[in-house]
Amino acid sequence: MASLVIAEHDNAALKDATAKTVAAAVQLGAPIHLLVAGHQCAGVAEAASRLAGIEKVLLADSPALAKMVAEPMEQLIVGLAPAYDAILAPATTNGKNYMPRVAARLDVPQVSEIIAVESPDTFRRPIYAGNAIQTVQAPAGKKVITVRTTAFKPKDGTGSALVEKVDAPPDPGISTFVGEELSKSERPELTSARIIISGGRGLQSGENFHLLEKIADKLHAAVGASRAAVDAGFVPNDYQVGQTGKVVAPDLYIAVGISGAIQHLAGMKDSKVIVAINKDEDSPIFQIADYGLVADLFKAIPEMEQELTRLGY
Amino acid sequence: MKVLVPVKRVIDFNVKVRVKADQTGVDLANVKMSMNPFDEIAVEEALRLREKGKATEVIVVSIGPQAAQETIRTALAMGADRGILVKADADVEPLAVAKILKGVCEAEQPGLVILGKQAIDDDSNQTGQMLAALLGWPQGTFAHKIEPGDGVVRVEREIDGGLQTVELKLPAVVTTDLRLNEPRYASLPNIMKAKKKPIAEKTPADYGVDATPRLKVLKVSEPPKRVAGVKVKTAAELIDKLKNEAGVI
Repeated sequence: MASLVIAEHDNAALKDATAKTVAAAVQLGAPIHLLVAGHQCAGVAEAASRLAGIEKVLLADSPALAKMVAEPMEQLIVGLAPAYDAILAPATTNGKNYMPRVAARLDVPQVSEIIAVESPDTFRRPIYAGNAIQTVQAPAGKKVITVRTTAFKPKDGTGSALVEKVDAPPDPGISTFVGEELSKSERPELTSARIIISGGRGLQSGENFHLLEKIADKLHAAVGASRAAVDAGFVPNDYQVGQTGKVVAPDLYIAVGISGAIQHLAGMKDSKVIVAINKDEDSPIFQIADYGLVADLFKAIPEMEQELTRLGY
Repeated sequence: MKVLVPVKRVIDFNVKVRVKADQTGVDLANVKMSMNPFDEIAVEEALRLREKGKATEVIVVSIGPQAAQETIRTALAMGADRGILVKADADVEPLAVAKILKGVCEAEQPGLVILGKQAIDDDSNQTGQMLAALLGWPQGTFAHKIEPGDGVVRVEREIDGGLQTVELKLPAVVTTDLRLNEPRYASLPNIMKAKKKPIAEKTPADYGVDATPRLKVLKVSEPPKRVAGVKVKTAAELIDKLKNEAGVI
């Protein structure tokens, strides 16, 4: 039987997390169907059909699904479940929200945030904020899995899957979407950026994040923050990188004025190259940094900006 | 309206966990245990609802070994009214926890269940959602703000791109995120008072639940270690290394 992957999108664009979840599903060895659930999202289904490795795209279009509210998502996925051996979703706030409902309704344990597939029923996943890695075997029967997308690389190439419409079941009517406040930014999203520059308590204020933004603009980087900077009210919580925020693994992670609490390291230690800029040379962040600069950030960051300008960035 | 708050006993937030040499798990011997921090936030929120007159009683439930009674006492010392300990010596998976909690909900009929979005030991982030699904209730996960209204509750949620607000028909399940509130400390008189508050003891079987784990943990290992790299002296040297040595900019 096939695997079903739930697509991450905002009705306008397909998110990277989808292709990465497909990459995990490929390792289960079964044909893959991709479910695009949303409202007025035919364009997303079209984009999804061109992903490599997909056999079929299922499109469920209904106003109740527009914001991927958990209760109608559960109804839809549980209805499709009999045809599948495995159901996978990215461990985004959407996936984390609806998937355990699906698992409970199917009466199977969920395997959360896998970082590797060892065999079609055995997976690795971080526990204790990434301080230990658990290898876990799911019982026979359906697998319900969420995928830590930073651990998987999208498959190269393109495909041409058929798009098939599926009916959305009636909205259970127990929950309604009221509104949302999304952070507006011209910069890439934290979870898909190739370069991230993050600030900690060392930045001293929210205004000082402008220093990081100047570098971010030159490098097309996303801007993040430590929990300490969020707790201090410098920046909103969706900036937060760490165990309790977003888990990221960019090619380059620049930590500025961040001491390196375990909870922050848990969110970024799988980055390819880590840079630490901090005036305290005993900060734990230096123990995991590939390049460390012991300096006052208020001097070092403008110097970096000048150097980048000089080099034509 | 009764509010039910499930709490879990976990390794303290500040303890550096160590993987056992035989790779069967992490070392729990002589390690400080505490209430899961997200559950502490849940207890605090329930107490605030009671203080605002929105809740009549705060009931705390924990599923775990006899020692989980201490975790319940902590919540009682914060101000919760009474406790239920569902005794289980082995690890209980989120699905079984959700099934037990469903039984507790059927017996206690709470209007709202508030619990942590995840436990900081197994990091599953499943229990609240599973409980809501088993009961056929709506859920507001990763709550940033909770506003009970007439027969409904509005929950502002932390989502990847910012904040989202949903309205849920009561009864409902809410899971807490970090910024919901700052939990209070228990005062000494309240700690003394908590010793007299009742804790009922139950077993999973009382709720007709088989708590045997269904996932098989084959091993628990150390994550790959990163080693410290080099120190650079200037910002210009740093940019040069990133461009010409690492090739990432």
